[in-house]
Amino acid sequence: MMKGIYLDNNATTMVDPAIVEEMMPYFTEQFGNPSSMHEFGNKVGFAIKKARKQVQALLGAEHDSEIIFTSCGTESDSTAILSALKAQPERNEIITTVVEHPAVLTLCEQLEKEGYKVHYLKVDTKGQLDLSEYRKLLSDRVAIVSVMWANNETGTIFPAIEMADMASKAGVMFHTDAVQAVGKIPMDLKSSKIDMLSISGHKLHAPKGIGVLYLRRGVRYRPLLRGGHQERGRRAGTENTASIVGLGKAAELALEHMEYENVTVAAMRDRLQEGIMDSVPYSFVTGDPDNRLPNTCNIAFEYIEGEAILMLLNKQGIAASSGSACTSGSLEPSHVMRAMDIPYTAAHGSIRFSLSRYNTMEEIEKVIEAVPPIMVQLRKLSPYWDGDRPVDEPEKAFAPTYA
Amino acid sequence: MWDYSETVKEHFYNPRNAGVAEEANATGDVGSLSCGDALRLTLKVNPETEIIEDAGFQTFGCGSAIASSSALTEIIKGMTLDDALNVSNQDIADYLEGLPPEKMHCSVMGREALQAAVADYRGEEWADDHEEGALICKCFAVDAVLIEDTIRANNLKTVEDVAHYTKAGGGCASCHEGIEEILTKVLEEKGEKFDPTADTVPDVESSPATLVAGASGMTNLQRIRKIEAVIESLRPQLQADNGDVELVDVMGDTIYVNMTGACNGCQMASMTLGGIQQRLIEELGSFVKVLPATEMPKSAAGV
Ligand SMILES: Cc1ncc(COP(=O)(O)O)c(C=O)c1O
Ligand code: FES
Repeated sequence: MMKGIYLDNNATTMVDPAIVEEMMPYFTEQFGNPSSMHEFGNKVGFAIKKARKQVQALLGAEHDSEIIFTSCGTESDSTAILSALKAQPERNEIITTVVEHPAVLTLCEQLEKEGYKVHYLKVDTKGQLDLSEYRKLLSDRVAIVSVMWANNETGTIFPAIEMADMASKAGVMFHTDAVQAVGKIPMDLKSSKIDMLSISGHKLHAPKGIGVLYLRRGVRYRPLLRGGHQERGRRAGTENTASIVGLGKAAELALEHMEYENVTVAAMRDRLQEGIMDSVPYSFVTGDPDNRLPNTCNIAFEYIEGEAILMLLNKQGIAASSGSACTSGSLEPSHVMRAMDIPYTAAHGSIRFSLSRYNTMEEIEKVIEAVPPIMVQLRKLSPYWDGDRPVDEPEKAFAPTYA
Repeated sequence: MWDYSETVKEHFYNPRNAGVAEEANATGDVGSLSCGDALRLTLKVNPETEIIEDAGFQTFGCGSAIASSSALTEIIKGMTLDDALNVSNQDIADYLEGLPPEKMHCSVMGREALQAAVADYRGEEWADDHEEGALICKCFAVDAVLIEDTIRANNLKTVEDVAHYTKAGGGCASCHEGIEEILTKVLEEKGEKFDPTADTVPDVESSPATLVAGASGMTNLQRIRKIEAVIESLRPQLQADNGDVELVDVMGDTIYVNMTGACNGCQMASMTLGGIQQRLIEELGSFVKVLPATEMPKSAAGV
């Protein structure tokens, strides 16, 4: 196999070698516990402080104490939502969207079982929200709004700043899962009304298993984990020091590369999309191409199934991901595709290409070469396909008995 | 990535018999809502001999769906229709050297397409009687519909019951929350409440009136011989359904058996276990519990 071409950066990213280097000492000589009084711990404490400032700078947060290190994006999401419910027992409603990551959706489903009322904002065919529907739901019964800043599958960006303003006017707490947005969209949280925000390190070239919850100063808060005084008692548990240092460095690098991401990475993404759309008939871009992360494009290839596409791409060393049910072992194609009303025959064939600053235009050209023959090969096997086009009235020509 | 066998990958990369069989005179179109897979199977059947002379498939589906379709066509070519109908989904999975539990339904789809195509050839109506739900237990590939139906049919009350009847939950135990949810739902329909501390349905302790081992005056050896004989007498019936059963061990009132062939992991396995238990109780005149050998204590302790 040739050197792989990695276009699955929304799933996870490579740890930047500069970051690994920064982390190494914290596994060995700098092993101390930052809480300790001796010299071993002291240096580590300073390293964490530095990392906190680096993350603060990336987010444009007002205070570094607003940065709480957690174990992952999922923990940050859970902490934010559960904290809002605990701190405001008189409020028992939640507003979120139908296209959230399972880190939020599965928790909300569980909270429904426990008696909370969850409002799921719907999306249109481009994956965008109806803000007037949102406005109507804001009330003093709502404990928290949790809306992702950018969607992991399509890259579609939600108007998080505007929605936070609306929540603030209604006196409702606002949390955003910005796991996909941080490092790709410039942020200045101090000038926003966002109360809480989740980050996951491994989406921006830091290691897996480290996250951040941004908590605006003054927002009422109840910790998820109680114990020691780490993170000012807001997240107990001895710090994952090496990873915190790594995430700090990652934040610094992300800030440095913000323009590169939005110009050069975006240009590669656009070229990829154009190259594929030009040569593969019966395919279309899903989501909202005008409001989209610079690194993501999601293309639905009609009448074929995503896992089969991924296996053939993988054979050529190309890594991407799919919204097909088969890749997750679930019953349905991606809830994001379904929410946008994408027909089953296309939703199962949706492929997400997500780039990073480590990709090159040369790689993109190779992928543009590789994709069309794969589609031809699989469509040959498809009962919906005949020669060089779909059968006439595909839904009628092939209407299997469904079990 | 799924843990696909080399054979699955090979059939996916180089599918056999893709496309419509030439001069096809039978077609079966089926789909599985789970995974959104769909398959059209076409057969060329010799009207004199009923031998399948050619088979072709078109599949909208994932890697294992395509591989299962390819395997199916290879298996049935040259068979008579009646022989082909005896091909079970387990045969397809075996031919491919196994499928991940999440993907077993791909082989089920292959078998259904075959039934549909044969029905089409014979001018019969084919109605699908098999409904699929969300996969609950990954260890034993058991879905929600099967668990729900089995709870209803047997008045099951506990997670342990469900494991005895369907195997679901009898392995790593990570699906117990899901099973509890189904129990809660089904019991609620009957106006009952799920009680995690309830006694299990077929349990000896819960019904002191039942007899203990040896109560019918047999020596241990006689008893085991008797058990063997009963199981032996049940085999032809199971074999007719492409299955088989084998006695593995007897520990007190618990009899461990191995279900093999089509019944292993199939939807009927629990029914068959229940059936075997019933027969053994009748024949021995004392209460016994029949469990799959996978539930032998070593696994219970280990995981
Ligand atoms: C939008 C979004 N939220 C949350 C997560 C979960 O993050 P983590 O894997 O760090 O728990 C992910 C990534 O998997 C994500 O894409
Ligand atoms: S998943 Fe059910 S026992 Fe392991």
